[in-house]
Amino acid sequence: MAITEAEIWQALEVVKDPEIPTISMVDMGIITKVEVRGENSVYVEMTPTFVGCPAIKMMEQLVHDRLIEVGIKEVIVKTTLDKPWDSNKISERGLLCLKKHGLAPPPKHQGEITDELLENITCPFCGSKNVEMKSPFGPTLCRSLHYCNNCLQAFEQFKPIV
Amino acid sequence: MNEKTTIATKELLYKIADDLLIIGHRNSEWTGLGPILEEDISFSSMAQDKIGQSMSVFQILQQLGEGEPDTVAFNRASENFYNSQFVELPNGEYDFSLMRHFLYDHADQLRFEMLAKSSFEPIAKLAQKIKGELKYHVYHANIWVTKLGNANEESHSRMQNALNECWNFALGMFEESEFENTLINEKIFAGENELKKKWLENISLILEKASLKIPEEKNWKPFFGGRKHIHTEYLKPLVDEMGEVFSIDPGVEW
Repeated sequence: MAITEAEIWQALEVVKDPEIPTISMVDMGIITKVEVRGENSVYVEMTPTFVGCPAIKMMEQLVHDRLIEVGIKEVIVKTTLDKPWDSNKISERGLLCLKKHGLAPPPKHQGEITDELLENITCPFCGSKNVEMKSPFGPTLCRSLHYCNNCLQAFEQFKPIV
Repeated sequence: MNEKTTIATKELLYKIADDLLIIGHRNSEWTGLGPILEEDISFSSMAQDKIGQSMSVFQILQQLGEGEPDTVAFNRASENFYNSQFVELPNGEYDFSLMRHFLYDHADQLRFEMLAKSSFEPIAKLAQKIKGELKYHVYHANIWVTKLGNANEESHSRMQNALNECWNFALGMFEESEFENTLINEKIFAGENELKKKWLENISLILEKASLKIPEEKNWKPFFGGRKHIHTEYLKPLVDEMGEVFSIDPGVEW
């Protein structure tokens, strides 16, 4: 019996983001399309969080390898900007996974990054809003650096991106 | 797309890609040397963004029949680059780098906002994505320019001098193409003059908050030439260095 699209999505749930290993690529919202093309052929579309994301080739490979592992013979993975990524595409479960990793999840945006949005951050450790941004750039392109004045800890945020 | 429109579009894409590639490499020269760790990371991150963005523009050029992105980026003679002279200037001190970053990124963000409405779909899609990323570059620039413009006498005068030094080079970013009308009529890009107008509005707001003064208009003498392959002495050594590893074995598999 041919594999279904739902089964492919499920199989991909174990593929983690190489830069944040507590969250899956599906929950990140970077896998935008799955198509079964005949008995043993699957087509997957992905989109990068950042145009300059250095992990994209590696992620294509991880998706490819996972589907080969579950028995698909032919796997085509394509990266496109047809449906560009933005931080609202992270799933609810994904947001919790980020928090578990010690990253403040991005607040939902309304199509624009405003100053209020950049200041609306909650410390992932103690839940305080008494925090300040130290730098809009962090250890990877998608994170910024912050400090919590309440629990006196530095933390990172997964940036809101439109 | 007819032949003239294709040539006009390619030239537009080359200047965007080359600006990104060159400023990206200049930014990367701060890696390991930034005045504080956060700033080291900021310039390195912006470098990574910009070089990645230039790669995406080179990929569109490839679809229009130009060469493979790595070859075009790293194996092209410096006299064939389309970047403005502004981005090729050496980093200088941190004041100069910050001011250039501020003036360049405001223009870059507006350019991509305009391109997001382009009738040429591949660049419109890419621009839609890139303009969101550039928010953070502009945000970073605005914070530092405003802080240092107001911090103390030394920081203020350094930022003012950097602005004066950058100014005519910055104006050179808006050098018009001979295909300007084609781009405007075909709704591919609304033109350098339109871009410059918006840019002046945006930077004026921040510079005022930073207590910094734009040089008097009678002294505006834009350094044009970059778009027509006329460069300063600083481009060739940079391009040679960028392509140094690539040139050792251009056919190698990474």
